[in-house]
Amino acid sequence: MTHYLLRRLLAMPLLLLGVATMAFLLGNFVKGDPLASILNDRQMANPEAVAAAKARWGLERSIPERYVIYVGNLLEGDLGVSFRTKRPVMRDLLDRLPATLELVISAMLFGTLAGMAIGVLAAHFRNGPVDHGARIVALIGSSVPVFWSGLIALYVFSVQLSWLPGPGRLAPALKPPETVTGFYTVDALLAGEWGTFANALSHLVLPTVMLGWAVLGIISRMIRASMLDVMQQDFITTARAKGAGTLRLLLRHALRNAMVPALTIIGFSFAYLITGAILTETVFSWPGIGSYAVDAARSLDHPAIIGVTIVGALAFLLANLLTDIAYVFANPRIRLE
Amino acid sequence: MSEPALLEVRDLRVSFKTAAGELEAVCGVDLDLAAGEVLGVVGESGSGKSVALKAIMGLLPPRARVTGSIRFRGRELLGASEREMRRLRGGRIALIFQDPLTAFNPMLTIGEQIAEMLMLHDRSLSRAQLRARTVELLELVSIPEPSSRIDQYPHEFSGGMRQRAMIAMAVANRPELLIADEPTTALDVTVQAQILDVLRDLQRELDIGLALVTHDLGVVAGMAHRVSVMYSGRIVEHAAVDDLFAAPRHPYTRALLASIPRLEGARGRLASIDGSPPSLAGRPPGCAFAPRCPMSAAVCRSERPALRPVGGSRSACHFAEQLGARTEEAQALR
Repeated sequence: MTHYLLRRLLAMPLLLLGVATMAFLLGNFVKGDPLASILNDRQMANPEAVAAAKARWGLERSIPERYVIYVGNLLEGDLGVSFRTKRPVMRDLLDRLPATLELVISAMLFGTLAGMAIGVLAAHFRNGPVDHGARIVALIGSSVPVFWSGLIALYVFSVQLSWLPGPGRLAPALKPPETVTGFYTVDALLAGEWGTFANALSHLVLPTVMLGWAVLGIISRMIRASMLDVMQQDFITTARAKGAGTLRLLLRHALRNAMVPALTIIGFSFAYLITGAILTETVFSWPGIGSYAVDAARSLDHPAIIGVTIVGALAFLLANLLTDIAYVFANPRIRLE
Repeated sequence: MSEPALLEVRDLRVSFKTAAGELEAVCGVDLDLAAGEVLGVVGESGSGKSVALKAIMGLLPPRARVTGSIRFRGRELLGASEREMRRLRGGRIALIFQDPLTAFNPMLTIGEQIAEMLMLHDRSLSRAQLRARTVELLELVSIPEPSSRIDQYPHEFSGGMRQRAMIAMAVANRPELLIADEPTTALDVTVQAQILDVLRDLQRELDIGLALVTHDLGVVAGMAHRVSVMYSGRIVEHAAVDDLFAAPRHPYTRALLASIPRLEGARGRLASIDGSPPSLAGRPPGCAFAPRCPMSAAVCRSERPALRPVGGSRSACHFAEQLGARTEEAQALR
């Protein structure tokens, strides 16, 4: 397995370079002048200002030249400077990554755990009211877009009922906890600031549920289907013949087996969450990579766009690798070579 | 009688609701088993033998309707609470499956699964005790190096070893009644004999009442005291094992005996029974075997023969008396 992991890890930089190249080329083929996001209208009318900006940002060079320079910098871990924020893209990304990871991880946990629970219940009570209810919940999750459901949720739970706070990561009156992990909830706990923790957690609830709901939908259906399949197997009858109770049958014997096909879906859904985060962050004013990506795309901020793309690709690759590793632990019959 | 019989099944009927209506898989079966006795239950696939025995343990799916009476040590099991059934299952009544590969959970080690059987019936056992008992059990069924094999998964065991482990698991809590559902069918012929030896030794040693379900009369001959032959959901003949082989009282039994391959004697085509058993929905009004029976007469097609005493056995054939005589004739000829 060490060999396998090593091979996979070595392939990663090459894949990322390919992704960066694609993003670079696509960005340069898009119509529209990135200068428009650097300069204002009055400056754009001034040929001197335009020439100066071109020289400053290296835009007077040819595309192949720029590509070589970009890749050279990339190898040193330099993603360039954002046209829009005028800060190194790497800095921007590192600042915003924890917010996205906090959201994606909590959505992942919510979607996976609730999805598994609902899937098991739906399979156990198949064709009953619980099953039908689960089907409807799953259907809503995977078909209603978050930019709509998110707004409705904000309106109902924040505006009308005042159960949960509005957009953002923390109440404006509160100071973010000292940065250790960049996760407000975790950092607040580490600092022992209970009020901040509770506030950060309550801000996390709506975006987590809205983002994780789609994952919940897919995983609950998948778990239900594979639970129904597993419950037909001989070894389930064996377990019953041993005197095992329903809970033990469902969780220890059936779910463990049903988890294996569902693992693939869980891996895929991580990728979904990364892309889904873009819309969710926009709706909930979540200062993460997603909203950064939207701003970058709007202003043709090439360095930022490529940077976000590389982060996204890296997330995909890591998710796939983790899925493969998880298989080994979930299924004793699999050996990685 | 001081002690109630180990197992007493009366008029057991099992039917399944299907799209085609309610189909009866078992139509009024009586079975008796005394402590320490081996009862062979023989029949082809679809004869209802497995269904009947699964019904005893309450392991049929909820859509199955089970009626009649199943008494275990005098206690009625039909209608017993799930709680009570769970205590019996794996404890006083255990089951061995046909295919040990699919009967073990692929995700858990053999040791974990045997330990679970022990733990479910004695919560006081510590981890170390469970492990020690599991190793002992694997030793009991002659699995080599039990203390290392205990941590292996089912797919790392050979077929024969898996079935040994299955037997070890079944006898873990010293059951009084063991139901073995075709325990050797999925195994190689050479391994079959070994597994039967293990089973027989344990049955004698632990004085277990064994219900041995099989389609193989050879298995029955070596192990059973008494035999019930099932055909199309009913018992057609019931006899002590020696009587059954010496003087079968039902044409179906006779046909089964004729189809056993023998090592000695002339080689040739193996005798087979023409036709196939009736489907559950299409049983003939008279004797279910009549369409395939070489001696069927008009009465066989109109009137279903009841199971009645004939000689020392019981047979459900209108011509049971003649049958015994004919076999003797046939034996005299040989």
